[in-house]
Amino acid sequence: MSGVVPVREGLFTADPPRLVGSLCDACGGHHFPRHETCPYCAADGARPVELSPTGRLWAFTAVTAPPPGYRGEVPFGFGVVELPEGIRIVTRLTESDPSRLTPGQPMRLTVVPLHADDDGNQVVTYAFAPDRGRNDVADPIDEAAR
Amino acid sequence: MSGVSVCGVGIHPFGRFEGVSITDMGVVAVRAALAEANVGRGGFQAAFCGTAYGGVASGHKVLGALGMTGMPIVDVEAGCASGSAALMLAAGAIAAGQYDTVLVFGIEKMPKGIIRSSFFEPWQEEAGLAATPAYFALRAQRLMAASGVTKEHLASVVVKNRRHGAANPDAMFRSEVDATSVLGSRVICEPLHLWMLCTPNEGAAAVVLQRTNEGEDGRVRLAAAVLRSHVPGSVLSESTPLAGTVDDTIPAASTLAATDAYERAGVGPSDLDVVECQDTDAARELLSYEELGLCPAGGAASFLEGGATTLGGRLPVNPSGGLLSKGEPLGASALGQVVELTRQLRAQATGRQVQGARVALAHTVGRGANAGVVILTR
Ligand SMILES: [Zn+2]
Repeated sequence: MSGVVPVREGLFTADPPRLVGSLCDACGGHHFPRHETCPYCAADGARPVELSPTGRLWAFTAVTAPPPGYRGEVPFGFGVVELPEGIRIVTRLTESDPSRLTPGQPMRLTVVPLHADDDGNQVVTYAFAPDRGRNDVADPIDEAAR
Repeated sequence: MSGVSVCGVGIHPFGRFEGVSITDMGVVAVRAALAEANVGRGGFQAAFCGTAYGGVASGHKVLGALGMTGMPIVDVEAGCASGSAALMLAAGAIAAGQYDTVLVFGIEKMPKGIIRSSFFEPWQEEAGLAATPAYFALRAQRLMAASGVTKEHLASVVVKNRRHGAANPDAMFRSEVDATSVLGSRVICEPLHLWMLCTPNEGAAAVVLQRTNEGEDGRVRLAAAVLRSHVPGSVLSESTPLAGTVDDTIPAASTLAATDAYERAGVGPSDLDVVECQDTDAARELLSYEELGLCPAGGAASFLEGGATTLGGRLPVNPSGGLLSKGEPLGASALGQVVELTRQLRAQATGRQVQGARVALAHTVGRGANAGVVILTR
């Protein structure tokens, strides 16, 4: 039986797409992936929380050659998205052409396929996509397409 | 008051050497440093060997090949700063009175092609997150936004360092390049082009440290050898986290190391005559100007533009050609900087000499995070 498997259990949920992080009650810091011990204040007992699925693009580029251990397609987008909780997430981006991205543009979490594993399962991971629904930053390419 | 001095340096050129083992390269560098220091078998009481990819007992193999074992030999891994870490341990042991003379060396033979690092977890590799140059590119993009750095500035760093490196017989690339060719080389990760990134390679470097009394014999003194790790929270820190906070005031590991080193050495950035810094990519050199306090925050572009960091300028940076010319053998690169700066302070850097240099700083930073800052004086 083949199906869809996450690249790692416990990182994210698929439906709806949400990253699973943690929140430290001692200092208020958010973490991703989930930590038991807070990296900021060393307090134990950080509790798992779903992180906001929307944010803003903080930095971006594209990866043009397959990095070590990667079996998916290139190029792919790569960047950092800032979430309202005050956390910045390193992430794949669905847009692989940096010239089509703008700093600060709204982004939304999604789940994307990576490759098929040896059992025929589709391996998926989290990524951020430009959020067309709340696009308050001009996107000339999309304007032209409409 | 006693201190620590550099009484011998040696290097095996950095590059690609088919059929030459990592041990062979270590032997060349160690032999040269010991000869310069006039130290033979039994003349040093401990050895520290920096290497990241060397494997088990790399240092023992080198000293075994020289018939010089018996003392403690410690292999030290701290990524790009492995050599700085080895130097810090050796200097600390001398300062504490444990030893009089210590051999420090660094060796590396990096695998060819895309390098797999055990730093990343398998799932991160599978998800494409082990894309090392992409992290450099994101850091470059943020620096460009914060400091008015353009792609032309990035190209200028490469042109400068390759010009310096042309005079360094131990560098891998000894030809000059122009900005058009740099910007014409293939994009690896926007905004970084191929020629803006250093090449992982092979090489070895060695330094003999000795306890010295103040005022003794005009030797180069090791005024500070500091290693620091990161304070968590900065998403683009060399600790390579998957997330960070929005707090932009968290000090970089390089700044922590530099601040500590300036204090120990009793000097400040304005006292420096020459610097060797981590130019893994062209933007990393500019970021280092700011993190080491060579220029104010946001001032890297104008500092470069004014020519201060070119040979003949107020504070030449990477007169050796930097990693962009030499390539980067992880375990050896930090000690390669110390070899260069020792020669600069002794006025032996033919073709690339910084006139009258008396205070020098070496900087390495990489995954961990590990940041090393070494200050040498004469
Ligand atoms: Zn906390």
